[in-house]
Amino acid sequence: MSDIAEVQSFTVTFIIRRFNPETDTEPYWQDFDVQMYSTDRVLDALHKIKWDVDGTLSFRRSCAHGICGSDAMRINGRNRLACKTLIKDLDISKPVYVEAIKGLPLEKDLIVDMEPFFAAYREINPFLQTSAKPEKEHIQSPEQRARFDDTTKCILCAACTTSCPVFWTDGQYFGPAAIVNAHRFIFDSRDEEAQVRLDILNSKEGVWRCRTTFNCSEACPRGIEVTKAIAEVKQAVLRGVR
Amino acid sequence: MTQVHNHEYDVVIVGAGGAGMRAAIESAPHAKTAVITKLYPTRSHTGAAQGGMAAALANVEEDSWEWHTFDTVKGGDYLVDQDAAEILAKEAIDAIIDLENMGLPFNRTPEGKIDQRRFGGHTRDHGKAPVRRACYAADRTGHMILQTLFQNCVKLGVEFHNEFYVLDLLLSEEKGQTRTSGVVAYELATGDIHVFHAKSVVFATGGFGKMFKTTSNAHTLTGDGVGIVWRKGLPLEDMEFFQFHPTGLAGLGILLTEGARGEGAILRNASGERFMERYAPTIKDLAPRDIISRCMVQEVAEGRGAGPEKDYVLLDCTHLGAEVLETKLPDITEFARTYLGVDPVHEPVPVMPTAHYAMGGIPTNTDAEVLKDNTTVIPGLYAAGECACVSVHGSNRLGTNSLLDINVFGKRAGRNAAAYALKAKHVALPKAPESDVLKLVETLRASNGSENVATLRKELQVEMDRNAQVFRTEESLKHAEDVIADLRARYANIGIHDRGQRFNTDLLEAIELGFLLDLAEVVVVSARNRKESRGGHMRDDFPDRNDADYMVHTMAYKADDSIRLDWKPVVITNYQPMERKY
Ligand SMILES: Cc1cc2nc3c(=O)[nH]c(=O)nc-3n(C[C@H](O)[C@H](O)[C@H](O)COP(=O)(O)OP(=O)(O)OC[C@H]3O[C@@H](n4cnc5c(N)ncnc54)[C@H](O)[C@@H]3O)c2cc1C
Ligand code: SF4
Ligand code: FES
Repeated sequence: MSDIAEVQSFTVTFIIRRFNPETDTEPYWQDFDVQMYSTDRVLDALHKIKWDVDGTLSFRRSCAHGICGSDAMRINGRNRLACKTLIKDLDISKPVYVEAIKGLPLEKDLIVDMEPFFAAYREINPFLQTSAKPEKEHIQSPEQRARFDDTTKCILCAACTTSCPVFWTDGQYFGPAAIVNAHRFIFDSRDEEAQVRLDILNSKEGVWRCRTTFNCSEACPRGIEVTKAIAEVKQAVLRGVR
Repeated sequence: MTQVHNHEYDVVIVGAGGAGMRAAIESAPHAKTAVITKLYPTRSHTGAAQGGMAAALANVEEDSWEWHTFDTVKGGDYLVDQDAAEILAKEAIDAIIDLENMGLPFNRTPEGKIDQRRFGGHTRDHGKAPVRRACYAADRTGHMILQTLFQNCVKLGVEFHNEFYVLDLLLSEEKGQTRTSGVVAYELATGDIHVFHAKSVVFATGGFGKMFKTTSNAHTLTGDGVGIVWRKGLPLEDMEFFQFHPTGLAGLGILLTEGARGEGAILRNASGERFMERYAPTIKDLAPRDIISRCMVQEVAEGRGAGPEKDYVLLDCTHLGAEVLETKLPDITEFARTYLGVDPVHEPVPVMPTAHYAMGGIPTNTDAEVLKDNTTVIPGLYAAGECACVSVHGSNRLGTNSLLDINVFGKRAGRNAAAYALKAKHVALPKAPESDVLKLVETLRASNGSENVATLRKELQVEMDRNAQVFRTEESLKHAEDVIADLRARYANIGIHDRGQRFNTDLLEAIELGFLLDLAEVVVVSARNRKESRGGHMRDDFPDRNDADYMVHTMAYKADDSIRLDWKPVVITNYQPMERKY
């Protein structure tokens, strides 16, 4: 907090991969110089460009603090949320490269078609299935609740899935995010249909495609241990849940 | 070329936050239902809610829905409709159980029941002491609600039209009654226009905090739904009441949940004094938000602020310990670290009030039916959630009562919309129903004036923060009114850059600014007219509550080029207005 008074701004060069489907045949890179403060986010830079320089620059965003999952993008070659990436954490002696996440159809500038991503999510039955009809709440101990806490944090931003080399080359692979959301229910003590999800994930487009490259864990803005979750699902496929 | 598409449904729900999806879960199994949403459902700002959802489950200590009703009425400074508050508190218990049964992973007690914690203004036995009433999932309660409702929509196969911006509500007069025949939407991906012919329409479009600069609200919370209803000549209720949440990260507005104070965090001024002891001796840091925000601003105004500019106060969590912070408040701990570089485990966090919640909005009755005056409903038209005003929050909402509101009244809206659609026929569409939206979109797309949308929006936000925030006076509000009038005039001369059809967010930001300007004017005009202080509306020039003249809801109507104001009685059942002391 001590340096809050030092309000010093500097020029940062952003090189953004542009594509307008109505006019361009190929994407291209475009430079913008932006005045930034060290506590600004990359999202602030995109806003400055859009609001002051070029209104056609297109990207998704909503909450601006890392909880809605709208603005996953590749920043200097790594998948991150623009609203959670601070200028002070980037090497600004060099230009900052920003482009859309990979592996989903490019629509315009930083916007991709999210539908294939959500389709994979829907495949794994992402909802509680139980025959129990408790009068009030189901009873679940704090330990049982803790078992799947990590994977409840997912905001469906797709940073993990679109950082996965297997997903880039094999568009059929469910991808890490779908497995994370399956994990959330497979290890929930209230759910009775773990086996159905495990069978789905045991299929040819399921968990066995994962090559454990760890890109997904590094990409996750919620700090979910994605690779660990996938490993636990693999174990459960082989040995059962409990 | 802009194409026009036609759809027919029984029920159309506008918005896929908590209120919209809760309505969809009720409606979709019974009637052909579509949810139209400008964001992917899981991007909705319900996901930002942190601290909890109130219900007198009495899982950890004695509690009753009657105490909850009283707290809600008193918290709202008696401008709450008491019949509605009673429904809210009573149906809270089922609303929580519904969510748990749908899969929501609440924190648990050692016996495996839903755990509960303290929150501002929620007390045992009519104000005796704070009570543990907020059901929560760490500080991600809204995230879990949004995910759980979305999961259940997937389960039910609810039909979503994602990234469709509703821009018009279709109304017509039939047999002397105002009726709705549907809505018109703009599709972000293609620029096409869609006419949705429906028997029932539910508005669940959320709030409009983006008219302020310092806010906990998302960029997309621009009040479109409320603005559309306003432009159709329908009234808006209690728009002067906006909640400023005490603990926004200083300078940024990102929220730190009141749950932190529920767990024991303390507000301190520059000298380390726990100043709330002076203002609210009984419940101190757990006084309602309006009171705490005013005290904070006063501490700073009187020179007791912290920091180099003495312009904020401190939220001290250091005595809670790393364990409590990491397990019960992990997200806000991370926000402070990421965005301010402050670690709450070791240092107090700089905070100031942030524009948070719209108490006012589209007036409805307790069945979520939209009113066109004090008593007449528009059959088939419903509203729920932050865009609506039932009014369960009166002049100041209690924390954890909004997640509750969206579930209780979202459910009622969905159930009633479906039931209505099953017995009603479609009202005929007006001629060329798309024409107004087409004109709006094409005019803005071609606009090439000299004014910049972002500049106007920023000027609006700065003015609202300066003159229509925690403290207001006749002079400040008059100033704001003049500035807004000027901004509206300049808005007529804007120019945008993007002339394309596909993903034209430039165009949509211009449209959203139009709604913000309209609503800001209603907020300020309503605030000028209320010459008293009550709940979230504090007039420095009229510092007391004045029940003799103002124990009534404001009803604002659009009249040609001005705003006509009227009053609506408050429903009082059990609780006579008393002085509000904590
Ligand atoms: C940071 C934060 C923390 C909070 N914490 C709490 C808490 O702990 N407890 C509590 O009770 N309350 C809390 N609140 C308040 C509460 O979260 C909100 O009031 C509530 O979630 C609003 O829900 P909603 O469904 O009405 O709107 P939202 O969730 O905002 O959803 C609005 C929906 O409308 C859609 N929409 C808007 N305009 C259009 C349009 N033109 N066309 C189509 N669709 C449109 C959007 O796409 C979105 O899906 C918090 C609020 C914030 C900001
Ligand atoms: S697991 Fe993490 S990276 Fe993957 S979608 Fe969920 S939040 Fe995003
Ligand atoms: S804008 Fe919501 S996660 Fe970045």
